[in-house]
Amino acid sequence: MTIIDHSLSVPSPRSITEPALAGKTETMVLNMGPHHPSTHGVLRLVVELDGETVVNVAPDMGYLHTGIEKSMESKTYQQALVMTDRTDYLAPLSNNLSYVLAVESLLQCEIPERAQTARVLLVELQRISSHLVWLGTHALDLAAMSVFLYGFREREQILDIFEMVSGARMMTSYFRVGGLAYDLPEGFFPAVKALTDVMPSRIDEYESLLTNNIIWKQRTMGIGAIDSAAALQYGMTGPGLRATGVAWDLRKAMPYSGYENYTFSIPTATNGDIYDRYLVRMAEMRESVKIVEQAYTRLKAMGPGPWQTSDRKIAPPPKIEITESMESLIHHFKLWTEGFKPPRGDAMVAIESPRGELATYIVSDGSPKPYRVHMRAPSFINLQALPHMAKGQLMADLVALIASLDPVLGEVDR
Amino acid sequence: MDNTTISTRLTEQFGARIQRFDSHRGGDLVAYISAADLIDVATFLRDDDEMSFSFLENLCGVDYLGRTPRFEVVYHLLSMKNRVRVCLKVGLDATNPTVPSLTGMWQTANYQEREAYDMFGIIFTDHPGLDRILMPEDWVGFPQRKDTPLGYEEVAFTFNQAQIDAHKPFAKE
Repeated sequence: MTIIDHSLSVPSPRSITEPALAGKTETMVLNMGPHHPSTHGVLRLVVELDGETVVNVAPDMGYLHTGIEKSMESKTYQQALVMTDRTDYLAPLSNNLSYVLAVESLLQCEIPERAQTARVLLVELQRISSHLVWLGTHALDLAAMSVFLYGFREREQILDIFEMVSGARMMTSYFRVGGLAYDLPEGFFPAVKALTDVMPSRIDEYESLLTNNIIWKQRTMGIGAIDSAAALQYGMTGPGLRATGVAWDLRKAMPYSGYENYTFSIPTATNGDIYDRYLVRMAEMRESVKIVEQAYTRLKAMGPGPWQTSDRKIAPPPKIEITESMESLIHHFKLWTEGFKPPRGDAMVAIESPRGELATYIVSDGSPKPYRVHMRAPSFINLQALPHMAKGQLMADLVALIASLDPVLGEVDR
Repeated sequence: MDNTTISTRLTEQFGARIQRFDSHRGGDLVAYISAADLIDVATFLRDDDEMSFSFLENLCGVDYLGRTPRFEVVYHLLSMKNRVRVCLKVGLDATNPTVPSLTGMWQTANYQEREAYDMFGIIFTDHPGLDRILMPEDWVGFPQRKDTPLGYEEVAFTFNQAQIDAHKPFAKE
């Protein structure tokens, strides 16, 4: 019988591999990853095993570190936006939103209603598409292959909408400081309508495959449980925290982008195990569909209108104006050659991304380039709870556990 | 709870140990403190019933090269009860950037402090395992410091043109 220490701690790989620091000598140390299909990217785990039981596990990351925060310091605010797409590559629009809100907070600029509503609609679609990838890969890790194919069918539909608005399926960069990159195109509304019409029944379909599936339940119920006090200690946010019973969602608690005007609920669960995280995310998708529907109705009712701020120091003038007005030409030239200069100071904005609290901290020194950008990446911070949850579980459950945390390594390593 | 309440309570409790107050452009309160007072201030903010900043939201380093103090560690604490955020900033010397670790109070500080160490070389005392986290463990230097260059690679085939030519049987064709 292995005695497992459940007190709170975050082990580093060295504490397992160095004989002087490792606790037991009769255990086996197994290296998992970085190139392992079930680590969802290039996450390396150093696992200490007693037979098949996990005694300790330490995530080792950095294999995808590309220095995004550093690179952003040498680009103008508009250019740096493009890099945010590449952090959490399953939810680029959420990253865009967190970044542009932070820059807008620095500039203290107001953006038009139409842009704000479109942002809400699109990030909620992004949440659904991100959760669909999580669902598909999670089920795939537990050998339920068809869910992946079902999920990607609807994800494709959402990516088509993104392609329609931004020209890119994944690296969208559609939200710009001061509004949107372009106006919503023709065909956007029917495409959104087509999706929201089918989505609830499709979520039923996924649930009919898994929710009462006896194999799924045996693999997920009661496994990798964490209580809310420990989850908060480890800084967990998002569905992982809500599955422990804490109804903390920034969209409700500290609303941004006008989320206070939408009706939706925060799904929670009580046990904090893998199954509960599954239930919470499934319910979240349904709530997101509701928000998309409300934003859709608003946009329809609003009619065409401005989709970026009228402050020409921040957002470029429309092309037609450049041919008529000298002032507009100068603004355009200044924006593309120099960029805008937010006043000195710093700003911090947090949003609820599909994975949890995504915050951007920006320091401005008054120049057109950010002095420092820091992203509080939810995947990175949620990963700290993995050793706590994995201790005492079987090796096969560790795979399910990683999938249930839904880390995106692009965001972990930045 | 508004910023005035927080700043008043902090001043009552710590007096001149709070060096000065400021605010983010978005309106969140910022308090400048010294490294020696960090644990005291954070403990007060966490454990006081009215404040209850129970969640360490964010921790990161900033390098203000050319200023004194050169480094700054920025902490964001969140009060889930009051739905308000407060920022603590600790200025650190260029020669000895050392600050107490908050891992004893919040486990979530672990990775974030390791990242700040990895990127800026800020030493967090009493951290259980202050290793590099994103950079390779044998990396020399701290990449996000302002005096570390971006390190562009030279465009291929321009810096070793002579070498390439030497390998070609019919060079300069």
